[in-house]
Amino acid sequence: MYMNVMIPGFFRLMENTLYKYIIQRLLQLIPVLIGITFLSFAMMRVAGSDAITELYGDKGAVSQEIIDARRAELGLDQPFLTQYVTWLGGMVRGDMGTSYVSGLDVAETFASKLPATLLLTALSILASVLISIPLGILAAVFRGRAVDYILRFISFIGNSLPNFFVALLLMHLLSIRLRLLPVLSDGISLRSALMPTMTLAIAMSSKYMRQVRAAVLEELQKDYVTGAKARGVRSRVTLWNSVIRSSMLTIITLLALSIGNLLGGTAIIESIFMWDGVGKMAVDAITMRDYPLIQAYVVWMAVIYVLVNLVTDLLYHLLDPRIRLGVIRE
Amino acid sequence: MKQTFFRNHENRSNRILPQEKKIQAGIKKDRTGSARARLVFFGLLAFLLLLGSVFSEALAPYDPDLQDLTIAKAAPSAAHLLGTDRYGRDMLSRVIAGSRASIFSTLLLVAVITAIGTLIGVFCGWNGKRADAVLMRISDIFLAFPGLVFAMAVAGLLGGGLHNAIIALAAISWPKYARIARSQTLAQRETAYLKAARLAGSGTVKIIFVHLLPNIMGPILVTSMLDIGTMMMELAGLSFLGLGAKPPTAEWGSMMSDARSLMTTAPWVAFSPGAAIFLSVMVFNLLGDTVRDYADPRSRDL
Repeated sequence: MYMNVMIPGFFRLMENTLYKYIIQRLLQLIPVLIGITFLSFAMMRVAGSDAITELYGDKGAVSQEIIDARRAELGLDQPFLTQYVTWLGGMVRGDMGTSYVSGLDVAETFASKLPATLLLTALSILASVLISIPLGILAAVFRGRAVDYILRFISFIGNSLPNFFVALLLMHLLSIRLRLLPVLSDGISLRSALMPTMTLAIAMSSKYMRQVRAAVLEELQKDYVTGAKARGVRSRVTLWNSVIRSSMLTIITLLALSIGNLLGGTAIIESIFMWDGVGKMAVDAITMRDYPLIQAYVVWMAVIYVLVNLVTDLLYHLLDPRIRLGVIRE
Repeated sequence: MKQTFFRNHENRSNRILPQEKKIQAGIKKDRTGSARARLVFFGLLAFLLLLGSVFSEALAPYDPDLQDLTIAKAAPSAAHLLGTDRYGRDMLSRVIAGSRASIFSTLLLVAVITAIGTLIGVFCGWNGKRADAVLMRISDIFLAFPGLVFAMAVAGLLGGGLHNAIIALAAISWPKYARIARSQTLAQRETAYLKAARLAGSGTVKIIFVHLLPNIMGPILVTSMLDIGTMMMELAGLSFLGLGAKPPTAEWGSMMSDARSLMTTAPWVAFSPGAAIFLSVMVFNLLGDTVRDYADPRSRDL
């Protein structure tokens, strides 16, 4: 009799809190997005440049009238905030201006380079998952034994190596010494993706092995593990059926949170290996002071990062049965 | 009686894994002796690195900027332990000279962001209200930029140079410290000792600097110690991209970037500054881990 009342009640509660949470998170997103865009816009202006100075700046031949006319045409004589709103409107519609250097449409350039970066990111995450999850579990299970110490030592070394140094070491070893791989990427292929992927995966998996180990260890110390052991459940069964399953949620969340960081961190590696993605584009744009491209990169990387984090957070809430059923609340 | 209680209690909480006992014994030993020994050892090592970076000029066997094209790209030898670069400059001297730009600047950077972040965080936590809300929203915005993206753009727009790279990294890193300091302040604000201090007639400034700060600095300092390695790598990374220290300044990141074209003919030119970054980062990471373990023994092994 009570069940009839309780079960729908449970579902209503779950829908309610989750729904509220999603709305709340989306509302929090608005000021952050405005902030990101405003900061990126203001930054370029503070750097003391707009399209006209950039175009005609060092050519004394152009008369002031032409400059003024061009300024008015581009809306650069408007107040700062008006310019920001216009720029933001363009950004949202996909109009990010044209590159000062190449004269090409920024949105098109950005869109054409993004897949390469996404591919590199996806491959690195895949490699890191394949390396760090099994090794992290291994280290946690054999905590305090030789395996654990060796794995932790390796992960410590990996954590202290700057990725550009790893890149040069791999280049030296695999391309120059062993002649297995091309030094620089010759287009977007799996073969040329191998070295950048390895470089990014070494740093990332060293970091995540530690976190996987910590997550599994934390789970191993819970009372139910002791309880299962007391009841005579074999530790292998507890490990696979309960411990790893429940620590996976934390592990996946941590990995998902790193996607955004990786997207931003590929810049150095992309430019070392001449991988034609947005990171290399941004580095080139920064050296050539190509403001619209830099702006697009900063804004869109931040937006992607924020969105990935949001989706991760929501998934975490959706997947965790305790939160889903309203047993524990945020 | 008391002792038996404690022993039982410890045994009960540690029946989880057979190898746990060994670990537990290790922690006990560490708490008394070896943690402090490690702290002293790595602290001393880090201090020596810092000292070396300050007095790098005296330590370098040759003038780091002295060019001698007759011995350009010479392999490591007794006269030049790490070889020479494309202009015949002694690599060992350049690596030692580069420690100032790398180690000293990193420590300066971490000190600056710790101070700024803590002050902002304490201000927010102490005052609350509107200033807190505004500053925390601003820190949200900075935290929304991934990795080096923002720092790269800022350093580039400011025109590169080591100072600008430091400013760029500081601009993006303070929110983390502000967050920690704020939550610590919030936790302490209503405690009895702070109320007592106020009743005793202490002013806000005195309460914050004499009573509050010493009590909240622990977690903040642990965070900053753990951050030194990352910051060192990021600063070197910016220089590597040409957005930090510029040649001919000896700086490890820019030296490596400069040596990229010599990878086939003289790989040691790129490897020695790389190894220098790696070793320094390792020392500071070890120190950070030790400090964290010392401050919170439970975090050991995690």
